Amino acid sequence: MLNLGALGFFFYWIITVSGIYVYIFFDTGVTNAYASIEYMTHEQWYLAGIMRSLHRYASDLLVIVVMIHMLREFARDRYRGARWFSWVTGVPVMVMIFAAGISGYWLVWDMLAQYVAIVSTEWFDLLPIFGEPIARNFLSPDALESRFFTLMIFMHIAIPLIALAILWMHLQRVSKPVINPPRGLAISVFALLMALSLFYPAYSQPPADLAKVPGNVGLDWFYLPLYPLLETLPGSVTWGMGICFLVILIAIPWLPPLKQARPAVVDLENCNGCGRCFDDCPYDAIDMVGRSDSRVFEREPVVDPNKCVACGICAGACPTSMPFRKMSKLSPGIDLPDSTIASLRDQTELAARGLVGSRRIMVFNCGHGPDLTGISSNTVGVVSLVCIGQLPPAFIDYVLSRDLADGVMLTGCLENSCDSRLGIKWTIDRLAGQRDPHLRGRVERARVETFWAGSTGKAQLGAALKKFSDGLPAAASRSNSKTEQTHTASKGKMDA
Amino acid sequence: MPDIFRYAGQFLFFAIIAVFVGYFSNQPVYRQFPDGMAQIKLGFAHGASRKVDCRKLTAKEIAKLPANQRRPNNCTRERIPLYIQLILDGKVIYDELLVATGLFNDGPGQVYKKITVPVGTHTITVRLRDTKRSSGFDYETTRQMVFEPNQNIAIDFKADAGGFLFR
Repeated sequence: MLNLGALGFFFYWIITVSGIYVYIFFDTGVTNAYASIEYMTHEQWYLAGIMRSLHRYASDLLVIVVMIHMLREFARDRYRGARWFSWVTGVPVMVMIFAAGISGYWLVWDMLAQYVAIVSTEWFDLLPIFGEPIARNFLSPDALESRFFTLMIFMHIAIPLIALAILWMHLQRVSKPVINPPRGLAISVFALLMALSLFYPAYSQPPADLAKVPGNVGLDWFYLPLYPLLETLPGSVTWGMGICFLVILIAIPWLPPLKQARPAVVDLENCNGCGRCFDDCPYDAIDMVGRSDSRVFEREPVVDPNKCVACGICAGACPTSMPFRKMSKLSPGIDLPDSTIASLRDQTELAARGLVGSRRIMVFNCGHGPDLTGISSNTVGVVSLVCIGQLPPAFIDYVLSRDLADGVMLTGCLENSCDSRLGIKWTIDRLAGQRDPHLRGRVERARVETFWAGSTGKAQLGAALKKFSDGLPAAASRSNSKTEQTHTASKGKMDA
Repeated sequence: MPDIFRYAGQFLFFAIIAVFVGYFSNQPVYRQFPDGMAQIKLGFAHGASRKVDCRKLTAKEIAKLPANQRRPNNCTRERIPLYIQLILDGKVIYDELLVATGLFNDGPGQVYKKITVPVGTHTITVRLRDTKRSSGFDYETTRQMVFEPNQNIAIDFKADAGGFLFR
């Protein structure tokens, strides 16, 4: 279920490369189109034939991943609010994928192509836009001209290129988009396609013959599932349904609009323009511009409220999100007005108040993570965040060094399936010291655990909590750590 | 979970996808035309007579026109509907007035009709009226044809070629 967009790109490139190779041998004439494809399939099966099969099966898989990608984003409510742009630009891409695939079936000029050509043109003839019915081009064998194939090959190439341009727009509001699947997945999927192409190659059906009506046709049910309906239902119904479906699909981000939390707000008084919020924002909602106040820093972040999904990852990245600050007000350089870092500290302290024993665990839970109802107890405190990426690593240090708990567990969506795209990745990198702000070295790693399971992982969470609790180092180890911390703090004071 | 089970599970998952994609890429076969039947496809576009006859302009009227717009006749755009009949074995199976296309009804009348017929020998008569006559037809062709299973007989019309063409 992961990497669907990246897999879509992967299939697109396979289709492109195999299509270019197949095009070299393809003849666009009425009589030669079928013969040229037969040559590729049977004479040059070891290369052109495999390329043809790759072209077919990668196209089928492209439809599958695109549909699942769309359904998944819908099911996860990731199509409204600031995300409307990606959703709306995805709709024409989906239509174009179908159009490109259908025009490709046309080019083979076998019985299936004949069926597709006639049903498609008859369907378009229902619109009062053509001077003469275009289906008349397929009235009889002598009515069809090779120029029609030239037009179709042009469409078959042009539509995917236009789709690629729209895909570029589709990713405009996504920072650091993943357009390549992980290597292992790519190799596995390519192996699947190669196996399918070798052991079950794509073949043509009998050649098209306009003097005959295709009786039985082997449909590609991924691209042509609606063709039987186009034939049987009245044109007004099919066009009406099609147009309504597309209009609803485009309008759905506003049906109803998302009641989204207020976007992040910059507090220049506490911002030094370090740009970490800019680097970490998963939706490109932050831009760094010239400083507008009189302070010495060069840049300042500016939040685009139309792009901000209020995930709080920017606040988690801000080095001023420091819970240790007690003398002055805890007000980071950037923060969510509806879920501030200060309120997060208050919640943390409140949750810690009721904890007793030597195996107290503080759970920081992402709002899209496991349902933690009933998890709180006198040994487990729970603090909820919008996204786990909202948690500044200093909070872990704060909880342990201030003896608010004996262990800290971070929970959230499934790994690689973060609702805010990069929250888990940045958290893991911050804990590993690979991304600023990173978890300080003094924090005993055995006292920090992560658990990525999504909203349905409550049962596993219980087991994970128990395992974590049982494995917590003895208090002595922590006392040593605290002593060490005191030394470090004293040294810090002296250095200052 | 031991790695071997994980890899076996992944292999099985990919194998299921391969079978799923391979099968539904051309199966199950869709029967789109009934056995033992053939098809007549009547399709053409033809411009009928104008609703109002062209009026020949006088030399004086022509001279009044701008040099680049001078023409011998003044014609209105609107055309009358075509009247088409298709008779199969003596029975009228298609009888239609084809209104001229275009916003001002100045385009050709069009028809694109598929008729399924049982295989065997049939007599087909097709008639067209494209003038303002009140009865009878301007074009009429009768053919006796033997239809084989899945055969498609196209009936086109080209006035220049003498009328109906059976293909």
